[in-house]
Amino acid sequence: MNKAAELLQEKFPEEVVEVTEFRGETTITVKPERIVDICLALRDTPQTYFRYLSMIAGMDYLPQSPRFGVVYNLYSHRNHNRVTLKALLPNDANPVIDSVVPVWTTANWHEREAYDLVGIRFRGHPDLRRILMPGDWVGHPLRKDYPLRGK
Amino acid sequence: MNGAETLKRTETMLLNLGPSHPSTHGVLRVLLELDGELILRADPDIGYLHRGIEKMCEYRTYHKCLPLMNRLDYLAGEVNNFGFCLAVEKLLDVEVPKRVQYIRVMMAELTRIASHLFWLGTHGHDLGAMTPLFYAFREREKIMDLCEMVSGARMFPLYCRIGGLAGDLPEGFIPAAWDFVKTFPEKHQDYHNLLTKNQIWIERTKGVGVMTPDEVLDWGWSGPMARGSGVNWDLRRDNPYSSYEDFDFVVPLAINGDTYDRYLVRMEEMLQANRIVRQVLERLPDLPPGDIKAKDPRVSLPPKDAVYNDIAGLINHFKLIQEGITPPQGEVYQCIEAPKGEMGFYVVSDGSPKPFRLKVRGPSFINLSALDKLARGRLLADSIALIGTMDIVLADVDR
Repeated sequence: MNKAAELLQEKFPEEVVEVTEFRGETTITVKPERIVDICLALRDTPQTYFRYLSMIAGMDYLPQSPRFGVVYNLYSHRNHNRVTLKALLPNDANPVIDSVVPVWTTANWHEREAYDLVGIRFRGHPDLRRILMPGDWVGHPLRKDYPLRGK
Repeated sequence: MNGAETLKRTETMLLNLGPSHPSTHGVLRVLLELDGELILRADPDIGYLHRGIEKMCEYRTYHKCLPLMNRLDYLAGEVNNFGFCLAVEKLLDVEVPKRVQYIRVMMAELTRIASHLFWLGTHGHDLGAMTPLFYAFREREKIMDLCEMVSGARMFPLYCRIGGLAGDLPEGFIPAAWDFVKTFPEKHQDYHNLLTKNQIWIERTKGVGVMTPDEVLDWGWSGPMARGSGVNWDLRRDNPYSSYEDFDFVVPLAINGDTYDRYLVRMEEMLQANRIVRQVLERLPDLPPGDIKAKDPRVSLPPKDAVYNDIAGLINHFKLIQEGITPPQGEVYQCIEAPKGEMGFYVVSDGSPKPFRLKVRGPSFINLSALDKLARGRLLADSIALIGTMDIVLADVDR
């Protein structure tokens, strides 16, 4: 099994929901509450050493519930491998998760983008405002109920 | 308030750099807070070129997404298509023939040279060196011609297809490519002669925008930006895709992490890319011509013979044309070493012919996010060098 999955199952047995393998990629689904602790553990444990955050994708799984999710893709320059972390957010009306900016500075713009386009709020983000859409825009374009061609 | 006190009064000034400043390589606005000429804060305001490509892709079949991918990083259009095709092929678990892999590598490396040449010309031009632009565009023009030969288009070549290529290399391509490969190292020396030991160039770039290896990882930099700081990482070597492991090339590294070192890294990368193209050209004659499609009915149209004479072939043809490619349910992340860094595609499929979600990880977006860190405490004139060294394309930043 993947080292990252082993580590999380040992350190955070309550938090890991599911570990899946698809086309050689490991995806670990975790509960959102302790996401910062999980990320810190993945970053600082020498066996995993995920010092690099490739991307954060805000997800809208409508019509499923929980509807919103956040996907993190991490890379280790020591082991040259990747892991995908996924957290599904329990609140469909007001999706919130802790910001991982304290773990990786690069998360700043990724999270702003997820907030702008999908409408997920990141608790503790230093500067959470829209990034691609104009500041006074209404709605979040990448939500599934947002129309392709305006109203 | 008397006169002397008025003179003592100091306050910072806000300056808009852009949104259409000639050195911003697209429509970028940077809000600079200045104390005299000193930058206290730089806040890039992006989104002017946001076209909602990720949203549009959710409403299109996979093949119809391809032309949109071209328009992400439009200086390296072929590389984006390459990455997207690899992602969908991974989702489908399709293996493409060696010939396809080699030709894709060749086009990607040619595109890398073209992209770096564009960067070299404009970066030099921004800092007051006008001549390199003309030299760099001279060679870039030849690569554009090669792109035109394979696809009919210069800026937006659409040569890759999911599961293969649009067609085999046209007649006359191989000699033209050989001509480029053989003459390029000599032309490359011209750029070195113009800039590498140029005192003005050195003064403008040395010690500007320094990043340590730890900061590089923390800020998510990749590609030449990371290698300029000595982070020994290249996806082509460390996570090879499309048969990169077959080729012999060096990953250039620098140690100081400043604008000048990133310049040296990109300069050397052009020569290494040229080496890879040469190796592909040497090996292409050994691979059967015309072998440009995966032998998989889920992605490749059946031969016309089968369509006209065989009911299974007809159904297969009909399904692919009417419905499109339908990958199984699942999600993959595929990244490639684009000229500007790690270009990633996170594709989520719900089993329908359209992607449920496509997230593009553009290298320019991430590289630009560190502008504030680099610009603080520098002079206003350095901000131009910093934007140049990041090699950003705003279409890739804004998507």
